[in-house]
Amino acid sequence: MSAGTAVSLRGVLKEYQRADYSVRALDHITLDIRSGQFFCLMGPSGSGKSTLLHLVAGIDRPTDGAVEVLGSAIGEMDDRSLARWRSQNIGYIFQSFNLVPVMTAAENVELPLLLTHLSKKERRERARSALEIVGLGDRLGHRPQQLSGGQEQRVAIARAIVTDPSIILADEPTGELDAQSATDVLTILERLNSNHGKTIIMVTHDPRARQYAKESRYLDKGRITEMPEIQ
Amino acid sequence: MLIPITYNVRNLLVRKTTTIMTALGVGLTVAVMLGVGTLVEGLRTSLVAGGDPQHLIVMRQGSTAELVSVVSKEDFDVIKFSPGIAELDGEPMASHEVISVVQLPLRDDPTSQANVSVRGLSSMGIKLRHDVELIDGRWFTPGKREMVVGRGVHGKRAGTDIGEEILYGRGDWEVVGVFSAGQSAFNSEIWVDANLAGTDLGRGGSLSSVLIRAQDSAAASALQNLVGDDQRLGLEAERESEYYAKQMVSADPVRYLGMFVAVIMAIGSCFAAMNTMFAAVANRAAEIGILRLLGFSRTSILTSFMLESVLLSLLGGLLGCVLVLPLNGLEGRIGNFMTFAETTFQFRLTLDYIVGGLIFAATMGVMGGLLPAWLAARREVLQSLGDR
Repeated sequence: MSAGTAVSLRGVLKEYQRADYSVRALDHITLDIRSGQFFCLMGPSGSGKSTLLHLVAGIDRPTDGAVEVLGSAIGEMDDRSLARWRSQNIGYIFQSFNLVPVMTAAENVELPLLLTHLSKKERRERARSALEIVGLGDRLGHRPQQLSGGQEQRVAIARAIVTDPSIILADEPTGELDAQSATDVLTILERLNSNHGKTIIMVTHDPRARQYAKESRYLDKGRITEMPEIQ
Repeated sequence: MLIPITYNVRNLLVRKTTTIMTALGVGLTVAVMLGVGTLVEGLRTSLVAGGDPQHLIVMRQGSTAELVSVVSKEDFDVIKFSPGIAELDGEPMASHEVISVVQLPLRDDPTSQANVSVRGLSSMGIKLRHDVELIDGRWFTPGKREMVVGRGVHGKRAGTDIGEEILYGRGDWEVVGVFSAGQSAFNSEIWVDANLAGTDLGRGGSLSSVLIRAQDSAAASALQNLVGDDQRLGLEAERESEYYAKQMVSADPVRYLGMFVAVIMAIGSCFAAMNTMFAAVANRAAEIGILRLLGFSRTSILTSFMLESVLLSLLGGLLGCVLVLPLNGLEGRIGNFMTFAETTFQFRLTLDYIVGGLIFAATMGVMGGLLPAWLAARREVLQSLGDR
């Protein structure tokens, strides 16, 4: 893995075993993503995009091949080490936001900080700052059900960046948003990349989302292929 | 680091109906357990309060209760002047007593009759009971058919008001007073003159028992041996406190039945808590996935769901305590197998029982929550997020 590479996949194979057959989600993928990159991975449903993201996040393990993230061979870590490493280095954003409904926006954002040694005051301050970065400094005490979809996703982004991770993984971040909210979210991701130097790896169906990325790849049937013409 | 407890509290509040129903189930179980406990504790207090460890009760050898014992006047005279007996105003503190029963109807249901103990005793017998005080009327006059009724009898039984007459022995006896005996079982008795009662019952000078007060605890032991070893008497002495403690056997059927019902209900409540927690785990699968993704360990997840189950059960436990609270201080009555009469007592909810009830509730929470919490902790991140 060369200097300046955030993610390196070498011959990664991922198969899911079913009762009497196996499904190949990723077929010997080799890919490098540079640090500070805004990388977009496109492809149809079932092409293996989310699987690739799971492997980078260390919440799934490859059947074969090597995954190296920020210089760490995460396939060799045990569950506890991997969880600690992930909480320090990875921020994750989901299509369906996945906020804890009984917690306020500030409490949701503060959650990852509970695993740090920060004081309560420092945690609150950092959660507030993160929410201010995504433009929700005035929604600290709101519960998820009191927020719009776009606002929920911005809270999820704040939760992903509050620990100041190097890499942000975004799985269809605009999938459940209206056009304006989607634009807002993509703009925030772009700003996090350009102003804060975060490596963004985003998988999406959305052709507009690709325009915010600096580099794009297309995944089909578990293989990186040529980017098709966008209609 | 543990997941904040507010997360669990709020989740319980969000699922109000399920929370209330489960807590109610646990609460009823705890209420049954505490209800039995308050009865047992009340009866124990009542019986233990009646027994003074420095007092000895002398009965015929082999007699399990005063009712079936016979102690003659001659034997009483021998015992009365034994060494080690305390004195009051130059008189040995000894009382020759007779116990019998009389049937009296309930005040609020005259068709329902029950045995009430009638104790014939001397004025020294009254002085031997420290907590006894006259609360209305006057004491009986020796040699007259007069009765003084205990507070418990006066409260529950008809015909026990001052001036009313009760058919006992060979004639009618007039109620002339009401006494209170603190928390003791003497409140369930009617007291009369021992000599007249003996005559009326056709027992002559042979009464039921002798109550004596020893000078001290060592003297009580010596007296106990002295009476037991005297072959002429054929009597045995027992500490009064132990004699009344044995009567706790009267509460056994209620205690065993109550505990049996509580255990059955507890099993049901465990399953109710388990069901609730399984539903909670299923509904919050994605949340569990997120918490794990953020770095919370399996132990944190297990602890969090266990804590939620225990909180839910403790809520039920508190509810159970509240349900039982009105019983505290209420007067109850129970048939005493040893005296063949009714013993009145006050239900007593003690701090020990409250703490015990809450521990019982928490145990149900632990047992009900363990499996769902363990399964929640075992789930893989992707499995929880529903991505696989």
